[in-house]
Amino acid sequence: MRAVEDALGIEIPNNARILRNLIEGIQYVQDHVIHFYHLHALDWVDIVSALDADPQATAKLAQSTSDWPKSSADYFKGVKDKLAAYVNSGQLGPFANAYWGHPAYQLPPEANLMAVAHYLEALDWQRDVIRAHALLGSKNPHLQTYLVGGMASPVDPNSQAAINADTIAFLKSLFQRAREFVEKVYLPDVLAVAPFYLDWAGIGGGLGNFLSYGDFPDADGNPWLPSGYILNKDLSKVYPVDHKEIAEYVTHSWYEYDDESKAKHPWEGETRPKYTGPKPPYKFLDTDKKYTWMKAPRLSDHAMEVGPLARMLVAYASGHERVREVVNYVLDQLGAGPEVLFSTLGRTAARCIETVVTAEKLAEWTDELAESIASGDFKIHENAMWDPANWPKEAQGWGHTEAPRGSLGHWVHIKDGKIYNYQAVVPSTWNCSPRDAKGQRGAYEAALVGTPIADPEQPIEVLRTIHSFDPCMACGVHLVDARTGRELNNVHLEAANGFTSPLFRFRVRTNGSC
Amino acid sequence: MLDRPQATTLLLGVGNRILSDEGVGIHVIERLMARYEFPEEVLVLDGGTLGLDLLYYLEGVENLLLVDAVQNGGEPGNLSRLEGDDVPAFMSIKMSPHHIGIPDMLFAAKLKDIYPKNVVLLGVQPERLEVGLELSPAVEAQVETLIEQVIEQLKEWGHHPRRKTS
Repeated sequence: MRAVEDALGIEIPNNARILRNLIEGIQYVQDHVIHFYHLHALDWVDIVSALDADPQATAKLAQSTSDWPKSSADYFKGVKDKLAAYVNSGQLGPFANAYWGHPAYQLPPEANLMAVAHYLEALDWQRDVIRAHALLGSKNPHLQTYLVGGMASPVDPNSQAAINADTIAFLKSLFQRAREFVEKVYLPDVLAVAPFYLDWAGIGGGLGNFLSYGDFPDADGNPWLPSGYILNKDLSKVYPVDHKEIAEYVTHSWYEYDDESKAKHPWEGETRPKYTGPKPPYKFLDTDKKYTWMKAPRLSDHAMEVGPLARMLVAYASGHERVREVVNYVLDQLGAGPEVLFSTLGRTAARCIETVVTAEKLAEWTDELAESIASGDFKIHENAMWDPANWPKEAQGWGHTEAPRGSLGHWVHIKDGKIYNYQAVVPSTWNCSPRDAKGQRGAYEAALVGTPIADPEQPIEVLRTIHSFDPCMACGVHLVDARTGRELNNVHLEAANGFTSPLFRFRVRTNGSC
Repeated sequence: MLDRPQATTLLLGVGNRILSDEGVGIHVIERLMARYEFPEEVLVLDGGTLGLDLLYYLEGVENLLLVDAVQNGGEPGNLSRLEGDDVPAFMSIKMSPHHIGIPDMLFAAKLKDIYPKNVVLLGVQPERLEVGLELSPAVEAQVETLIEQVIEQLKEWGHHPRRKTS
C-alpha cells in the first residue's frame, strides 16, 4: 500500500495518517503483551513449580511490585487451586511438550504463580483492548480497512455509522485499560523476572547491527520512532537509511539468480524457487550449501537485526527523550548499563519498554484524531489516483513500516497499469537470514553462537534466544498429534557443526508482515 | 461478534485452508454451512488458524464439537474420535505465536472455568500438508462421513439441523 502510494506520488490525508498510527500502536501493545505472556513466558516460567507457591507470599510479592488490584492471597490461592486441579487431572504430563522442572528455570514458586495469574489476566485484557481494531473499521488479526490513498473507515461526529464522538470516548477508555495493564503488570513482571536471569544479559547478543525504518509519522511526516541504523553495538553513531542500499543474496537460499555472488535490490528482485536440499524428513542440512527458503537481505552489505530492540536502540542513540527515560529507568532497576541491552534479555526488555512508550502515545493520537474531526476535516482517503488512466506509464515505489516484529519493506514496479514486479522483505527475513555470499551470518545464527545448553534433548536455551526475536514461522500449522497428545512443531536440536537446521525450516509465510 | 445470541453448542472447524489436508476442518464446516440450516443455539464457526482468540466463543457453551486434521497414526484418511479429557488440552512450548493452537485454548478454558461440559474432537489423518487448496483423495473421501458424524453428534446433543432446500 505504501509502496504503491510512493510509486504514484499519493499523499494520504491527515485523518488516515492518524488512524494508521492508532491501529499500529494498539497492535504493538497487544502483540507485545501476547508475545510475552503466551509465547516467551514459558521460556522463563515453570508452571508446575507454581504449585509449590504460598499464596500469602505471592500476594506480598505482587504488592511489592505494583498497586495492581488483583493481588490478594485469596486471588492467588484461587489460581493455584485451579492449576492444581488441572495438573492432577494428569494432562500436563508433567512434561507434555514443555520443559517443566528443567534446571534452567530459576524463578521461585511465588514468581511462577504470579506469572500464571497474569497469563490468564492477559487473555481477557488482550481480547478487550484489541476491540480498538474493530472500532476503527477493521478487524484483528489481518486488518482490512487499509486502501491505497488512505483508509476505508469514515469519520463523522454526527454519524452512527462512522468513527464519531462516542467511538473516540470508547477508544480512550480502552487505551487507558491497555496502559494500566502495561504499567502495572507487564513492566513490573519483566522487572521481577529479569533479576533471576541476569546471566541472559550476556547471552544471545548476536550481530550488534540494528536497523529501524522509523514509523508513526507526525503531521510533518517525521516518524515518532526514528529511522536509522547502528553498527557494531556503537550507540554513539546512527547512520541514515537509504533503501537503495538494501539488496538480497540467495547464495545459501533455495532460489536461483544468474550470478549468485551478487545481491539484488528488491526493485530488480527475483524469486525463482529451486529446492536443492535433501528429501524430507531429514536430520541434517549442509550450511555450506543452500539450506533455507529465506533470502539474505543486507543493508550496505551488513546483516541487520530488526525488531523492538533495534527500534529502541536507534531511538536511544538518536536522543529520543521518552525512550531514553524509560530505558534508563529499566537499566537503573536492574542495576546495569546499556551494554546489557545487546542480549536475549535486552531484546525482551526492549519489547516491554517499547510497549510502555507506545501505550502512552495512544491517548495523544486519539486526541489528535478528535481535534482533526472537530475541525470539520472528514477526509479519509485521496482518490485522485484510483483511476489507472492517471498513472504514469511506468513507476517504482517502496513502502516501509515497522511491524511489531521489525522492519517491513515492500517494493513495487508498475508498468502499463500492471504490477511488473513486487518484492517484500519482511522482518523475519532479516532476522533469520542465512549466510550471504561473503559467509556473514544473519541475526538468529549470530545470536545462537555460544549459547550454553544444559540438555540437548531439551534445548530451552535456544528457544529463549529465538523467541526473544518474536519469530514468525509456519504461520498457523497446528495439527493435533493424538498419539502423543502434542502439537507437532519440530522443536528439536540435532548435533551438527555449529547448530541445527530444523529450526530454520520455514514452511510458509501466509501474510505480508511476518 | 460482540452481541451474538448465546449458543449452547459450538461447532468449530479449525485448520489452515491453504495447506491441503491441514484445512479439512474448514472444508467440512464450509460444506455443512452450505447444506444445512442450524438452530440458533448452535454456533457454527470457521476458526481458521486462530487459537486463544477462540476462547471467547467458549463462554456459556456446554457442548464443543471440534473438527480438525489429527495425527492418529493410521493410514491417510483414518478417522478418529476423541472425547472429554482425551482431547489434548495443554500449554506447550512452541516456535512462534502463530503456533498457539487448540490445546492451548482448551488449557486456558480449564483454568478459566469455561471448559465445556462435553467436548468431542472428530479428526482425520492427513496425507498432504503442502501448499494447496485441495484435499488429498484419501481425505476427500472421508468428508461426507465426517459431515454425517457431525450431524449425528449434534442430534445426540438434541439439535436438529435442517437440510436446505435448494
